[in-house]
Amino acid sequence: MLEKSADGPFITGKVRLVHAVGMHARPAVKLTKLAKRFQAQISIRASETADWINAKSVAKVMALRAPRDSVIEIKAHGEDAEAAVAALIDLVATDFPDTGA
Amino acid sequence: MTMRADVMGLSFRGRTASIGFARGPLIRIGAGENSERAAGKPQDETLALREAIQSAAEQIAELAAAVGGEAAQILEFQVALLEDEDFLDPIFVSLGEGAPADKAWSSALDEQIADYNSASDEYLQARSSDLADLRDRVLRILRGGQAQVPKIPSGAVICADDLPPSRFLEIDWSGGGGLALLRGSPTSHVAMLARARGIPMVVQLGALPDAAIALLDGESATLELDPGAEQITLFERRREAHRKSRASARAVLRRPAPTWRGERIRLLINIQEVDDLEHADAQYADGIGLMRTEFLLSGPGGMPDEDTQFRTYDAVLHWADKRPVTIRTFDAGGDKPVAGFTPEGEANPFLGLRGLRLCLARPDLFKVQLRALARAAVRGNLKVMFPMVTVPAELEAARALFAEAVADLRAEGVGATLPELGIMVEVPAAAMAIGDFKASFFSIGSNDLAQYALACDRSNGALGTLMDPLHPAVLELIARTAEHGRRAGAPVSLCGDMASDPRCVPQLLYCGLRELSVNAPALAQIKQTIDRLSHGGSGG
Repeated sequence: MLEKSADGPFITGKVRLVHAVGMHARPAVKLTKLAKRFQAQISIRASETADWINAKSVAKVMALRAPRDSVIEIKAHGEDAEAAVAALIDLVATDFPDTGA
Repeated sequence: MTMRADVMGLSFRGRTASIGFARGPLIRIGAGENSERAAGKPQDETLALREAIQSAAEQIAELAAAVGGEAAQILEFQVALLEDEDFLDPIFVSLGEGAPADKAWSSALDEQIADYNSASDEYLQARSSDLADLRDRVLRILRGGQAQVPKIPSGAVICADDLPPSRFLEIDWSGGGGLALLRGSPTSHVAMLARARGIPMVVQLGALPDAAIALLDGESATLELDPGAEQITLFERRREAHRKSRASARAVLRRPAPTWRGERIRLLINIQEVDDLEHADAQYADGIGLMRTEFLLSGPGGMPDEDTQFRTYDAVLHWADKRPVTIRTFDAGGDKPVAGFTPEGEANPFLGLRGLRLCLARPDLFKVQLRALARAAVRGNLKVMFPMVTVPAELEAARALFAEAVADLRAEGVGATLPELGIMVEVPAAAMAIGDFKASFFSIGSNDLAQYALACDRSNGALGTLMDPLHPAVLELIARTAEHGRRAGAPVSLCGDMASDPRCVPQLLYCGLRELSVNAPALAQIKQTIDRLSHGGSGG
């Protein structure tokens, strides 16, 4: 799910974490690596009440302790924000596939 | 150090982290041992830490390139941390305030390590050893020592408190060898590495005396120190048998289910926590014969709430798809104390308020688990069993509480159902009076059953061969339970260590068991053992 926020320069999106053991080391490394490829500032959170954290920090992403089936919210702003949110949603939705990259 | 004149060495039992055998000198290795560095000016300290982080990242990248595969993925997490500005910035800030680089670095890492250690999830707890690994590598560079790996003779049995993954990778395992850890965990990264490399590893051995020679048997989770000639002969026999079966065992996994005397033998797996399902062989199991839930109790906030528990159970049911999943309610107490839950000051906790006894004494906490299980029961093929049941009244009390939970949930409009209920058979009295229990299924907990029948504390290494699960009295209790199940039409399985031990499997089949629940790493070997018995042997 990808939507443009009407009241700000943020692109936001939501995706369900399907990884069997939740946001553990390998998914967290993949997510931060991908986030770092974009210029945009990218934040994520795993519940509506939690603080937003930097999606480019593996320590912060691990600290989410997001269990399986939690909904990850993503917001980004910057030139490539739209591409960044789409790419991150795809990564989480496809369960962090192993790629050559 | 003690001198012994007897021919029999000491034997210690731990938990299997990786199956295999090693015989060699016992080498102890310790943690980082360099002295502290003197702090320079803030800009010098900043430069020193930058450089140390840079060289650590290079060392790890080199190591990752050399080892490849799964090991490289594990190391990627460490590299990612070294590139994490959010993580590093506060450390550099404290350097600006005059902190020495080594102290600032290690206190930041120690904080993270403590945080991971307090996680409720065993997987996250296990990540703390990756962080300790990273901490020590950067400290070694900062304090001027190159990563000095002590000279380890080929084939040694390495003994340490715990071992970080990169230390494991720096050791030359080409000549064999094994790992005996005093603490450690079967779900740690180093255990994954050891399994991937086929290096035998036994964890949670407790305190060990000094010794020259060690025999490490990753199959029965034993470490024998300064063994006598007879011990060595027996060990070599076990090793040879293991070597022969190992070669062809994994191919067996893809073959159809094994049969014995014309009956299908169902092989299920035991899991300690959800992450165990990631083991490559887990997919070949007929289901989950035992899912422990005690790991849920060890988090910092105590027991997780109903929703968190529900999600955990649901994740396992989702993985299992249509296959059965047997979840055991909290089995705390005995050798598994839980602060704030298990009673303190019991003179004899193994004979005290443990297992279902404790849950019935704490219906407030038990009810939360039962509600989560009742909700999960509508989501898959769930069965629930109670541990440490002594008399039928306990099963009925638990059933009544469970039915209450289901009724409450339905009244709240939440989907819930009562799953099939079974009991663990681990108290000899329950096995003797098995016909009195109105359970849908039975699961024999052979570790406790043997310990109670033989009056042997299973964690006491000094009892050695006296703690024999193949003792006729133990087998009699197993056979009795199996026979009752057959007559009553209630499935009986066995989920203790015996099921994962190829030497015990023939006896278990002769006792009438047709369902075994084993640790995932043992699945291939047990399947092959049964195949051999039915095809090769004179089992019929």
